[in-house]
Amino acid sequence: MALYEPDRSQYPAKKPDGTLDIDLTSGKYLKLWQGPQHPGITGNMSLELTVCGDEVVDCQTHVGYLHRGFEKLMERRTYIQCFPIVCRICVPEPDFNEYCYAAAVEELSGITAPRRADWIRTLILEMGRINSYMMYLGGQAGSLGMGVIGQWTTYVRDLMLDRFEELTGARIYHMFILPGGVRDGLPEGFEKRMEETLREIESTMKDVHEAMFCNAVFKKRAVGLGYIDPALIEPYGVTGPTARAAGVAKDVRKDFPYLVYPELDFEPVTGKDSDAFTRADVRRRDVLLSIDLLRQILAKMPHDGPLMAKIPNVLHWKVPRGETYIRAECSRGEYGYYIVADGSGYPRRVNVRGPSYTHAVALLERLIINVNIADVAGLMVSLHTYPPEIER
Amino acid sequence: MKIRDILSPFTVWKNLFRDPVTINDPVRERPGAPRYRGFHKNDVKKCIGCGTCETICQNGAIDMVPVDGIAAKEGDSGLRPRIDYGRCCWCALCVDVCMTKSLTMSNDYQWIDRDPDAFRFTPGVDKKKWDDAELGYTRPDAHRLTPEERIHMQELGPETRIGSFIEIVKGYSVDEARKEADRCVSCGLCVATCPAHMAIPDYIAAIRDGDYERGLKLLYDTNPLPEVCGRVCTHKCESVCAVKHEGDPIAIRWLKRHIADQVPLDKYRAIVGAAEPATGKKVAVVGAGPAGLSAAYYLARMGHAVEIFEALPAAGGMMRYGIPEYRLPYPDLDKDIAFVKELGVKITLNTRVGKDVTLDDLRKKFDALFISTGLHLGRSTKVPGADHPKVFQSIDLLRRVTLGEDIYCPEQAIVIGGGNVAMDIARTLARIQTKKYGKVGVTLLCLETEDIMPADREEIVESREEGVVLRPGYGPTRIDTDGDRVTGTRFVRCLSVFDENGRFAPRFDQSDEIAISGAMVVESIGQGMDLSYLPDDLQKQIVFERGRPKVDRHFRTSLPWLYAGGDIVQGPDVIHGIANGHAAAVGIDIYLRGKMEQ
Repeated sequence: MALYEPDRSQYPAKKPDGTLDIDLTSGKYLKLWQGPQHPGITGNMSLELTVCGDEVVDCQTHVGYLHRGFEKLMERRTYIQCFPIVCRICVPEPDFNEYCYAAAVEELSGITAPRRADWIRTLILEMGRINSYMMYLGGQAGSLGMGVIGQWTTYVRDLMLDRFEELTGARIYHMFILPGGVRDGLPEGFEKRMEETLREIESTMKDVHEAMFCNAVFKKRAVGLGYIDPALIEPYGVTGPTARAAGVAKDVRKDFPYLVYPELDFEPVTGKDSDAFTRADVRRRDVLLSIDLLRQILAKMPHDGPLMAKIPNVLHWKVPRGETYIRAECSRGEYGYYIVADGSGYPRRVNVRGPSYTHAVALLERLIINVNIADVAGLMVSLHTYPPEIER
Repeated sequence: MKIRDILSPFTVWKNLFRDPVTINDPVRERPGAPRYRGFHKNDVKKCIGCGTCETICQNGAIDMVPVDGIAAKEGDSGLRPRIDYGRCCWCALCVDVCMTKSLTMSNDYQWIDRDPDAFRFTPGVDKKKWDDAELGYTRPDAHRLTPEERIHMQELGPETRIGSFIEIVKGYSVDEARKEADRCVSCGLCVATCPAHMAIPDYIAAIRDGDYERGLKLLYDTNPLPEVCGRVCTHKCESVCAVKHEGDPIAIRWLKRHIADQVPLDKYRAIVGAAEPATGKKVAVVGAGPAGLSAAYYLARMGHAVEIFEALPAAGGMMRYGIPEYRLPYPDLDKDIAFVKELGVKITLNTRVGKDVTLDDLRKKFDALFISTGLHLGRSTKVPGADHPKVFQSIDLLRRVTLGEDIYCPEQAIVIGGGNVAMDIARTLARIQTKKYGKVGVTLLCLETEDIMPADREEIVESREEGVVLRPGYGPTRIDTDGDRVTGTRFVRCLSVFDENGRFAPRFDQSDEIAISGAMVVESIGQGMDLSYLPDDLQKQIVFERGRPKVDRHFRTSLPWLYAGGDIVQGPDVIHGIANGHAAAVGIDIYLRGKMEQ
């Protein structure tokens, strides 16, 4: 089998100031724009590639295609009015925004959400994690040439959306976790239908394992692609499965326990090779972990008790002066909300810390060097970034 | 490279003869889940147009719009939410915050229309196919975004209060008031209903902010007697409060009192402001009740010289001589009156117009007159025995108690009447009896059954707690007398008070008679006015309507210089008097400025 071996001699030399010596008029280099539409559903983001032959020698990321100014919008909305906005910051995985925002407002206001609400919040976050991974698996496989995986995972993701619909009343933007608690309890028979869905996902994951992970073509393209040196994890702020695949067992659920995670039995999934294949495998096993967590949650959660804490009148809810940072482990890493309250009815500043910003800009620009053009999409997806969240 | 990695991908071939999901499970219309947040529904009959949905909507998707066939009335703005689906994000905060639970969502999510404007409609008014959908999102009962329970007001227990005339309610602490103020949704239905149109949501917001100076200024914009109204107002505002539909109404009256209680009198002038420069015009006000004081206050603010003529030894009218001290302590009344005086209003006491000074004299000395002499004549039941000296009028007795007279009060007393004045005298007698005899012996009877008694609910509850025996639904037929003694009264069951047209026409069941014993009977079935101070020629010139002087919107009678207000025109209650006085002051100012320009 003919293997592609890059010819290292073609790399541009560095000028004394550190920039690359690229002369576009030489005919040796070519500017190539990838995006903003990408194969592999990463959202809208553009890569300005400088290629030499079919190898990337330089990359500049361009974001802004999805900028909606949420952080600024929130400064002009009351605390309750921010609640329907936050989920839109990250389309494929909206619930972490709802949780982090709600928990931050609760902490600043000195409110504790009822325990039962915490269980339901955890349930929703794990359901959302599975959904996000389903989208990722389809994207990862698709970007490396396997269309069928996405069809399977999209189908089971749809089943999970049905569960979301009956629990929260909506499929994509659930708007269910609000400051003070959650809107409602589980509908009747939910556990049974959830178990059916989980079984379906497990069965699909088996197929995915056979077709994608035990696959010479996928391995050939993904093994070794986008290797992240574990030494880069800290300086680049890498979190989540991307870090865990490098053997760094970072997991907010364990490191900074929140909601009911201390009561659940689990160990973070890790890998060691730190390449695209390992990251995909860590995520695949994370799906299985989430399925296990969902079963634990449904078995342990209380079925009665309040769902909302006593909150002030939301129409003029003034949050006391203060600031806080609330974090949670989303499917891509650490998700956090930093909120500054000035004692008025509006947040003074909301900063959303999404893992996509660190992974998709600085990290990608480094990893992409020397990568073959055909593997750029696969590399991008392997970092599992969602551009809507880069541009809050 | 393992051999398995070559072979394993071929496992996908097991699906080769399986139909795809889209064929197994083709696109079919299915309803949304039972709590799906689909298109809005609104029960327009239940909706009160309070607009909290519009307030909370962060997309600006909701506009409150007038609707054919729904008129504005007390407690209903007449507006209904129109929703723009180009903006709606289906967050359902409007449903969560709806005060009446009228706004809900169907589980319908499919709607195709070529006309973009069709997607902006008024649920419940513009008929839609999902109007009758049974499923969809409604606010779960336990899910509340606004606190529904009123903050409890500390008050004296029945055993403590019956022994004295100390004020029953203790007022809110700053923290309690802030919590209560937090419940307000600022819809403004109360403003429309309040006769004085006080800026209620605004002064409640001032309490939330702890800004009592702003609060006091807002109160004085429309009401110069906040201490009084904060205690004894009939609080029509609370009866229309949007919050009452799914909880207790906001304690608007107590909050008003809280503001006035927080600010000492010596700061009033700096906060509310001094009077305008003098205009040189003089206005006389007859009667120092709420209407008179209100008119005097606003006229003085406008720079006119005002003098009030009051027949009794102290100002306040019914607020002092009608309302018992346990409901309205005199120092609080005095505080309000003191600020009216501080603005330069002169109050001449013990001067009865028509006797000590004639109206004609006033007419000559002053540029305009405002009469607000109130309803100080009691009405009699005129049943046999009603002319006996031990049969009293409640209004006379209450006045004599305030004047400090020792009134006749036997161990057993009978009160006839079901209004607040009847409650006042019954509870006053109960207090005097407790002092004299150590026990309460008051029986109160009225035509109305308890559900339609005109007295406030809290008066009924509290008088019962204090030991007053209530016998609603009876009308008197005869007062039994024995020489100079009253021995009791006979009553028959009242079947209905009003006829089909709502006119007063009581029907009785003569066979159901009861006898109540008591050595004293107090009649409290309404009051009348005494306008005998008006000279005959004026009486002829003034147009009366149903026994009351007819006035225009500025409370001007048919004489250009004579204005009238208070209980003789509208009411009877304090807040109408205050509103009348304010409106008349504006009218008199226009009249006097017109004269100045001439």
